[in-house]
Amino acid sequence: MRFDPLITVMGAAPWLPQANVDTDVIIRIERLTSLPRGELGPYGLESLRYHEDGSEDPGFVLNQPMFRGAPFLLTGENFGCGSSREGAVWALQEMGVRCVIAPSFGDIFFSNCFQNGILPICLPARAVESVARACAGGAPLGVDLAQQLLLPPDREALPFTVDPLRREALLNGLDDIGLTLKDDALVRAWQERDRKARPWAWPA
Amino acid sequence: MKARTLFDKLWDTHVVRDLGDGWALLHIDRHLLHDLSGPPALADIAQRGLALHDPQLVFSTPDHAVSSRPGRVATTFALGGRLHVALKERSAQMGVRMFDLGQVGQGIVHVMGPELGLVLPGLTVICGDSHTCTNGGLGALAFGVGSSESTHALATQTLRMKKPGELRIRCEGRLAPGVSAKDLALHIIGRLGVAAGVGSVIEFCGPAIEALDIEERLTLCNLAVELGARAGLVAPDERTFAYLRGRPYAPAGEAFDRAVASWRTLAGDPGACADREERIDAGAVRPTVTWGTSPEHVVTIDGRIPEPQHIADGARREAYTAALSYMGLEPGQPIVGTPVDWVFIGSCANSRISDLRKAADVVRGRRVAAGVTAWVVPGSESVKRAAEAEGLDALFLAAGFEWREPGCSMCVAANGEQVPPRKRALSTSNRNFVGRQGPGARTHLASPAMAAAAAIAGAIVDVSDVTGAPA
Repeated sequence: MRFDPLITVMGAAPWLPQANVDTDVIIRIERLTSLPRGELGPYGLESLRYHEDGSEDPGFVLNQPMFRGAPFLLTGENFGCGSSREGAVWALQEMGVRCVIAPSFGDIFFSNCFQNGILPICLPARAVESVARACAGGAPLGVDLAQQLLLPPDREALPFTVDPLRREALLNGLDDIGLTLKDDALVRAWQERDRKARPWAWPA
Repeated sequence: MKARTLFDKLWDTHVVRDLGDGWALLHIDRHLLHDLSGPPALADIAQRGLALHDPQLVFSTPDHAVSSRPGRVATTFALGGRLHVALKERSAQMGVRMFDLGQVGQGIVHVMGPELGLVLPGLTVICGDSHTCTNGGLGALAFGVGSSESTHALATQTLRMKKPGELRIRCEGRLAPGVSAKDLALHIIGRLGVAAGVGSVIEFCGPAIEALDIEERLTLCNLAVELGARAGLVAPDERTFAYLRGRPYAPAGEAFDRAVASWRTLAGDPGACADREERIDAGAVRPTVTWGTSPEHVVTIDGRIPEPQHIADGARREAYTAALSYMGLEPGQPIVGTPVDWVFIGSCANSRISDLRKAADVVRGRRVAAGVTAWVVPGSESVKRAAEAEGLDALFLAAGFEWREPGCSMCVAANGEQVPPRKRALSTSNRNFVGRQGPGARTHLASPAMAAAAAIAGAIVDVSDVTGAPA
C-alpha cells in the first residue's frame, strides 16, 4: 500500500475560480529542489497566498480562517496544466487537500493525483460553481467515492464518475507496481516478440 | 480492418495487455532521466528493493539544475551539484547510460534524445518532464510522466494507461518566409486555447507540416503540452528518415533500411479519423509573441495589447486584467516598442542548431542594445560544438551576447539562473507562467529571430525593423 485509502472526505470547500492554474503556480521549482517532500505545504500556491514581501494576503480565499487546511479545492478548467512535477500534488496534499473538483485537469497532474491518493473530480463548470456557492460560507462538502456521490450542504447529492480501475486503487490504496509485476511474464513475452518484429527498436 | 491513425498504430503496437475500459498495459521503449526527476525515481526503485526492468532502455543526462555559466562544472550551482552526483552514482549502479557534462550527448533531454537517435519513429518514449512531447516530431509516441509513473516504468518497463482521445490539427498552406514553427505553435495555442488538447494526443498534419524540417517539427510538438495535450505527433516521412540516418543510436546499414520500411507503415491509413479535427491556415500566420501569463495570451507583432474592459466574459476579463498587471503592460498599446531587459535564446523549444542560425542571421554585424542582458544557451553539447565550428559563438559574443553551456538554464530557473523581479524577458522558451523564470519575472515567448531582434533593438520589434529586409 502506498497511501491511505480514500473512501470519504468531509470538510470545507473553498473556491479558486481561476482557469488554467498551472503547476508552476501550485509549487515553484526552487521549492522542489531545495525542500524535501513533507515541507512543501507552506509553499503551495505561494504567489496567490502571499504578497511579494512574504506577508499573507488576507483577501485570498485559502487564507480565510474557515478555509485553512480545507480538504477540498473547487477551481476552474485545466487545473494543474503545465509541468509534470508530482510535487504539485504533494504541495496540495500537505496543505490538507484530498479532493480537487474542476471542469478539467492537466493530464499529467490528473494522473499524479491518483498516484498519491488524491481524488480529482471532473464536473461541468456550472455544477462546480453551484457547489462553490453552497459551500461559500464554510458549510462542509462531502464526497463518497464508493458511491461516486458528491454531497453538497443542503442540496441533492451530485453523481460523478471515476474510472473503475482508478476508483479501486484509491479505495484500497493499491500499489500499481505490485499489480503490474504480476503480469511480468506477459511483458517479457511481448519483448521477445518485439525483438523479432522490430529489431531496430532495441539499442545494440 | 478498421482504418487506423498514426496514434492508433503507435498505441496498438505497444499494448502488452488490455486492461478493459480503454485501459492498457503499455510497453515503454525508451525512458529518459534528467537530474531533477531521475535521482528520486532511481532512489525509489532502490528503496523498494526493486531492480530496473531493462536498464539498456534507460538513458540519463543532467540538464535542469546545472549551471550554464561558461566554464561551468557540476558544482557551479551547488544544489545542482548534489543532484548531478546522485544521478551519476545511481546511473552507474543501475546500469543506465549517462551522457555527462562536457560529453557529446549531454544536453536538454528533449534535444539530445532525437540528436543521438535514441528516439526513433514508432517508439514509446517517456521522461519525467512534460515537454517530452517534443519527441513526437519524429513520429514517436512521447509524453511526460510524474515521479510515481516513472518509478513504475523503471520497475516494469510499462505504464498502465487509458488511451487518450485524438485531436488532429491540419495546417493548410505554407508558412510565409520569416515565419517560424514557433510562430505557428503560438498562433495555434492562441486560436484554440491552452485546454484544447486536454485528454488528447495531437497529430499535426497537412502541407504546412510536411514542409517543416525536423527541428521545426520538434519545436511545434514541444508546444503540444501548452495546448493541454500529453503528446504531439507528426507522421514520419523522408525528411525524418534523412534526419535519422547516421545518428549514433539509430540503426545502421541494412538495419536502417529495414527500420525505414517499418516506419513507412506508421502514417495514418486513408480515411482514418481522429475524434476531433481543427484546421489552421498556416499561410496567414504572422510573427507572434505572448503578452500575458499563459501561452494562449498571444498577439501578432503588428497587434496591440488587449483591453480587458472590452471582454464580456467575467472570468476571462479578470484573468486578462491580472495578467496585464503582473506583466506591467498598458491595455491597448502596440506590442512593438515594449522595452526588454533580458533576452534568452535557448530551451527545449528553440535551442537547436537551426534556431541558433536563425538568431545569428539577425544578429550578424549588429550589437545588443545598452541595458539588455542577452544569453544564448545551446541545447546540447553537440549543438554547442556545431555552432562553434560555424563561428556562431564568436558572432554572438562580438554582438554582446553571452555564449553559455548547454542546459535548461533560465527556462526552468531551477539552476540559479533567473530573470530578476519585474524585469522583462523575451524568451524562446515555452512557458510564460507567473514566476516561471523567477519570482516576478515578466516573460514574453517568441521565436529565435524575434528574440535576436529584441536584443538588438532593446524592445520587442518586428525582425524586419532590425534587418531592414521586408517581412
